[in-house]
Amino acid sequence: MPPQLKTLLPLLAVFICIFLVARHFLIPESFGKYGHYRADSMDETAAIPINYVGKEACAECHDTETAKLASDLHSVLSCEICHGPGALHVADAEKGILLKPGTREFCGTCHSINPARRTEVINQIDTKEHHPEKDNCIDCHNPHAVWELKE
Amino acid sequence: MEHLYEMLKQVDGYIYPNEIELHWGILIVLYPYITGLVAGAFILASLERVFKIKVLRPTYHLALLTALSFLIVAILPLVTHLGHPFRAYEIMTTPQVGSAMAIFGFVYLWYLMVVLLLEIWFDYRHDLVVWADQSKGFKRRIYKILTLGVTDISPKALAWDEKLGYIVTVIGIPSAFLLHGYVGFIFGSIKANPWWSTVLMPVIFLLSAMVSGIALVMFLYMIISWIRKVKIDMACLDEIGKFLFMVLILDFTLESLDQVHRIYEAEESFEILHMLVNGKLNITLFVFQGLMGTIIPLVILGLFRMYLPKEKIRIPMYFLVSNLVLFGVFFMRWNVVIGGQLFSKSFLGFTSFKLGMIGAEGFLMALVWMIMPFLILSFILWLVPPWKKHSE
Amino acid sequence: MGTERINDTRRNFLRKSAMLAGTLLATSVTKPFTAVIFAANQPDKTKPWYGIGIDIEKCIGCGNCAKACKLENDVPKEPFYFRSWVEQYAIKNDGTVKVESPNGGIDGFTQTVAAEDIFKTFFVPKMCNHCAKSPCTQVCPVGATYESPEGIALVDDKYCIGCRYCIQACPYGCRYLHPVKNTVDKCTLCYHRIKKGLSPACVEVCPTGARIYGDLNDKEGLLNKFLKEHHCHVLKPNLNTGSKLFYNGLSAEVR
Repeated sequence: MPPQLKTLLPLLAVFICIFLVARHFLIPESFGKYGHYRADSMDETAAIPINYVGKEACAECHDTETAKLASDLHSVLSCEICHGPGALHVADAEKGILLKPGTREFCGTCHSINPARRTEVINQIDTKEHHPEKDNCIDCHNPHAVWELKE
Repeated sequence: MEHLYEMLKQVDGYIYPNEIELHWGILIVLYPYITGLVAGAFILASLERVFKIKVLRPTYHLALLTALSFLIVAILPLVTHLGHPFRAYEIMTTPQVGSAMAIFGFVYLWYLMVVLLLEIWFDYRHDLVVWADQSKGFKRRIYKILTLGVTDISPKALAWDEKLGYIVTVIGIPSAFLLHGYVGFIFGSIKANPWWSTVLMPVIFLLSAMVSGIALVMFLYMIISWIRKVKIDMACLDEIGKFLFMVLILDFTLESLDQVHRIYEAEESFEILHMLVNGKLNITLFVFQGLMGTIIPLVILGLFRMYLPKEKIRIPMYFLVSNLVLFGVFFMRWNVVIGGQLFSKSFLGFTSFKLGMIGAEGFLMALVWMIMPFLILSFILWLVPPWKKHSE
Repeated sequence: MGTERINDTRRNFLRKSAMLAGTLLATSVTKPFTAVIFAANQPDKTKPWYGIGIDIEKCIGCGNCAKACKLENDVPKEPFYFRSWVEQYAIKNDGTVKVESPNGGIDGFTQTVAAEDIFKTFFVPKMCNHCAKSPCTQVCPVGATYESPEGIALVDDKYCIGCRYCIQACPYGCRYLHPVKNTVDKCTLCYHRIKKGLSPACVEVCPTGARIYGDLNDKEGLLNKFLKEHHCHVLKPNLNTGSKLFYNGLSAEVR
């Protein structure tokens, strides 16, 4: 055997061994359990806390509002569409303040006139021309029962 | 984040909202550029060794050492560009074999450790042993370490050096093709991006790599001869010019074929690519890459094939050609990497790219990465000067 | 003796060839050409395998899905990072297409094309397609993004090196680099919600029921009902990504 290889081959072997040992310690434990990824990362993703709690959680306390909502056109809506995510509020009703919008602009995100919206899907209104003497939509409309008009 | 708001104003047409920021910047332009210089320089060296083109002897060692200096740097812009550079080892410990990028760590190591370092070591071992005997102090210790303790310089051992070195070079040629063809595949295999997705991409990358590597060795050979105040071997320079001409023709043909094919097929993405080429890329593609980097060098080198003027004219012309080619190939990489991200994958609009001066992705940082291989090369040339080799 | 042996091998060879040909023929009869529309393979039919359905005819472009997505998943507020967004398409009478998505549609839309110029106009909600043959997970060099057994493309933010190759590979522009974490981030189909039996935030807040999600392996399920009753298309079918985001009423102009 040439003297060069007598040195190079053991060096190569040492190099490969170091790599294999390092590799053994560097690969995370759950890697490759289901596929070429860290299986624990799925559990970590699943463990992220939720922010939107859903209608049932709201109904536990606010039964009158929920009942009213069910009576009219907004019945299919989730509470959190208008009020925002409720997880903080469920945990602590004092701190997790929810939104109560009702401005022309806010209601307009769904109900302003746009040819891209199908009239059979959504009622649309010219949010500038419709009763300009009033400030906000909720001055007349009860958002939980939209055709129950005030005055 | 201010620059993103600035870019938001410059959006042209419609782009997906996540597409405002270009994810691969100047550092990823440098990566195929530097890797290409390595592959090209190595292939020039192997022309001498394997294909026995003896007239190229004066640039053989220079080409090898150039390839080594650039290969050491090649990986650095890539790693610094990562969001988590310290996790880069994962590409070696858990390479995902379905990914074109995953094998890079191994291809890189193979090329660095098995091909380049070994070939240079076999080539220099005799000299290292002699130099270790002749020099004193620190330098002596370095030479000693570099011999790896193999100090046998009997004719038999030297014959082994020659034989093993030759084998490594023969293995090295497909490795060099693999290294850079593979870099082209990283881009060419992205079906989501019609500017990248072409089966010709690895071949184009390989040929432009050879073009740039040959031009780099040509440039360095002239510069180093000038610094050392020695006469340039014109036969060698003419031969390099000849090969540069040949590869440049192939490169130009294939890149043109790619474009002609795109224009003739005129697929779904044709309109947006047409606008890209004639708009945001028109200067870097037609002037920098096409005219300056390809046409002018082709004309000059082509004329030299028909009529060889005096040395006084040829030397500055070769110098000009090598610089133009290096400049042009850089912008070829630019047009691929940056150009491929300027248009939206909705094919309905463009974002913009402005190269900043400072920062990890800025011009100055890119300049540092570009200067570094030259510094490394200077050091290596000082340590193991090819012109002081025992065998020469 | 020599010829005998040759004859013997030849007979063996012929016999083996015949067997091979027979087996091939038999398999091709019992298992004919199995091309599936959208070529989405369902690995284990006993476990859920999720897909999404979006009814463009029902979408009113309120942007609640995009807003809820950001709030549910702590997506950066700046208008460069979206897991979910809405586009407003307007096809004009002259044939040109105008697409807009100001802040991903979170603040709602106004129609910017004059009514008399409009040929047709509609909204297209966009999100990760959770492709069955996802080009993004294919290119991850380290296995930091993957398809979960439920058919959801996820990112492991503790393992992602931030090379952004997957961002380049996604044909739908659904990935971004998280500016704080420096890792790639994308829609998880609210994995943390569906694992708890809740629907994804975007589905939860949709006021018109334009979005549904469901188990493609459940042949009686909501999503399969939706797919049966509507003419659904996926985005960029030519790329063969095996997209599992099915649109009803998708116009050919949408990319």
